[in-house]
Amino acid sequence: MSRTLVSVPKTARAGDIVDIRAMIAHPMETGYRMGPNGQAIPRNIIRHFACDYDGEEVFSAEFHPAMSANPFVAFSTVATKSGTLTFRWTDDDGKVETASAEISVS
Amino acid sequence: MSVKQAGAIGRRDLILAGGAGLLVLALPSARALARPSLQEAVSGFTGGKPIQTGKVTLDVPPLVENGNAVGVTIAVESPMTADEHVRRIALFNEKNLQADVAVFTLGPRAGRARIATRIRLATSQTLIAVAELSDGSYWSSSANVIVTLAACIEDLS
Repeated sequence: MSRTLVSVPKTARAGDIVDIRAMIAHPMETGYRMGPNGQAIPRNIIRHFACDYDGEEVFSAEFHPAMSANPFVAFSTVATKSGTLTFRWTDDDGKVETASAEISVS
Repeated sequence: MSVKQAGAIGRRDLILAGGAGLLVLALPSARALARPSLQEAVSGFTGGKPIQTGKVTLDVPPLVENGNAVGVTIAVESPMTADEHVRRIALFNEKNLQADVAVFTLGPRAGRARIATRIRLATSQTLIAVAELSDGSYWSSSANVIVTLAACIEDLS
């Protein structure tokens, strides 16, 4: 289980643009590094990130090895109605990590 | 020297000067795009469509000590309405082992065309951000970064 960290405002007014930040603890091994035994360390990166707002995708990203370890991304969305924001990270092996946050919109 | 010859020399000088001027203007992005893999990556994103300069702001520190985590902010001038918004933003680099860094998909629901992230840089180089707008046009911006401690290829031995 990787640790995830998401930041979403708890409350917002309808139509407000809210800032969202998401990070996951992950080494993002590029596959270009040599280990102590002279062997290449196998590639292991998060390939895809998506954020859904009430089931509808509002943001997504494709990552390549040039993303830093513990990939971080900040973006924004328009607060429409109270609901859940879910975050989904998918790695090279297809393993999925999720996180969610509630937002109440008045 | 005949008048005709003098005219020819004058014209040639003019062409040379013009060429040099163009070269200076085009230098940063043209030099960066000369790398085949970068060119391929960018045209893979745009589908070969022409890219205009402008509208995109690529904010990156000009000098970084550690290439392992370089903060990058990309903003695009756009009202972000259903009719007129930014569809995708891609970030490319000139000298890492792979030219692609990330591709972000947004839309009118983003409200604002602005994203921030952290990337790795293997060495001092040029970064290029390309945005695809809803009208199908592509806009770009580039920035130079000096990196004192490289990322990506350091070994652990």
